[in-house]
Amino acid sequence: MPRKTSFGKTVCQLVLGAFLSTSLYLPAAQAAMVSTQNVIQSEQAALADLNKEKLSQWLARGDVQARLVAWGVDPQQALSRVDALTGEELRQLAAQLDTAPAGGDALVTVLLIALAVFTGLLVTDILGYTDIFPFVVKNRKK
Amino acid sequence: MPRFLRNRRRHGTALGYRGGFFLAVLLLAGCATGLQAPGLKDSAAGLGPVELESVPFFPQTEYQCGPAALATVLNWSGTAVTPGALAPAVYLPGRRGSLQLELQAAARRYGRVPYVLEPRLDHLLQEVAAGHPVLVLQNLGTGWFPRWHYAVVVGFDLERQEMVLRSGTRRAYRIDLALFEHTWRRGGRWALLVLPPDRLPRTATAGRYLAAVNTLEQTGKLQAARTGYRTALGRWPRNYAALMGLGNTAYLLKDLRQAERAFRRAAARRPGEGAAYNNLAQVLLALGRRREAGVMARKAVAAGGPWVDIYIETLEQTL
Repeated sequence: MPRKTSFGKTVCQLVLGAFLSTSLYLPAAQAAMVSTQNVIQSEQAALADLNKEKLSQWLARGDVQARLVAWGVDPQQALSRVDALTGEELRQLAAQLDTAPAGGDALVTVLLIALAVFTGLLVTDILGYTDIFPFVVKNRKK
Repeated sequence: MPRFLRNRRRHGTALGYRGGFFLAVLLLAGCATGLQAPGLKDSAAGLGPVELESVPFFPQTEYQCGPAALATVLNWSGTAVTPGALAPAVYLPGRRGSLQLELQAAARRYGRVPYVLEPRLDHLLQEVAAGHPVLVLQNLGTGWFPRWHYAVVVGFDLERQEMVLRSGTRRAYRIDLALFEHTWRRGGRWALLVLPPDRLPRTATAGRYLAAVNTLEQTGKLQAARTGYRTALGRWPRNYAALMGLGNTAYLLKDLRQAERAFRRAAARRPGEGAAYNNLAQVLLALGRRREAGVMARKAVAAGGPWVDIYIETLEQTL
């Protein structure tokens, strides 16, 4: 995993902050309307402090965006990717940025695992702790 | 790669039999909850065998199983898009993979409803039997050495105890049902449907489906969201949240007649709640029917509730 210097990170955040301030879009309720989202939330759970939630979603937005850039996503792309997420999703993502599974390719790494397991067992075979590979000449009395 | 996956499988068995306590302990640690497959005799009796031949296939390039799997389900749903075109929206070079939430977000960009299934194997099979390919997250490694992988389930045969996947570079990868479930369980039993908004998941519940449709509305995909709410109403005609969603999306799309009808139905459904009256008042205001709007706004204020401030604001606008 690439490690960013704190300087690089600060620069990223500054740049992103600039983007952020121009792109914060307003959610559906422009007129004095009750949004569908509020209706659904109130059906599903007790109504939390919505302002607090909005704030944490707003903060999460910056976090996620900065992290996408740190992971090699083009800043402009990162912006549109963050825009494609809902506030709740941003919050979820920000809370588990480092642990969220990123589905990749098994090809190389499975090879590495197999190699590691094989080597491990080969060594234990040679040392005489295991007896898995018939081709390992065991240092054993007949 | 094909040859390789098979090798890995064989390896797994060999280790299971002879690898000693070291691996046995690891496997047990991963088995905190039981497999669901044995219970399928009851919960999925009579299903299959199924193989959705028409689901397209995009062999993945290195680390790009996320874009490839997503392209598979998107193309099936009627959107012509390549993994290469999806990569800028879902691929993370620094993580060499894709996040689940970003796959859902990318599906929305194409006006598709991303519906995450309940973590149940029988539901997964029911969806495939209903003709819906299912995007799954697998952990091909172990808990301590995870190897995340996305694939698309396109078939199964319970008699032969196998699943059929579009996976990696293999068009029809036949995997033992138990092995699949092990890898799927280690991936958190995550399964995603990517459906056109006029098509309901076989296993849909109103709450789950409406929440999925609502994410489309929240991210500005209003046409798709409106269709999704209509689809929900086709199945649950009296659902209050679906009526509110239909009204709100119609309002935002400037279809004020439809919005009015939807909010009237919602208000009839729950006469004691203010939200539908309030939104109806806003629609009537937009239609220039100020007096009627005032009547509705008063009903909303009288009903009170958590959004009473909004109702008062509406009422002031009608004065």
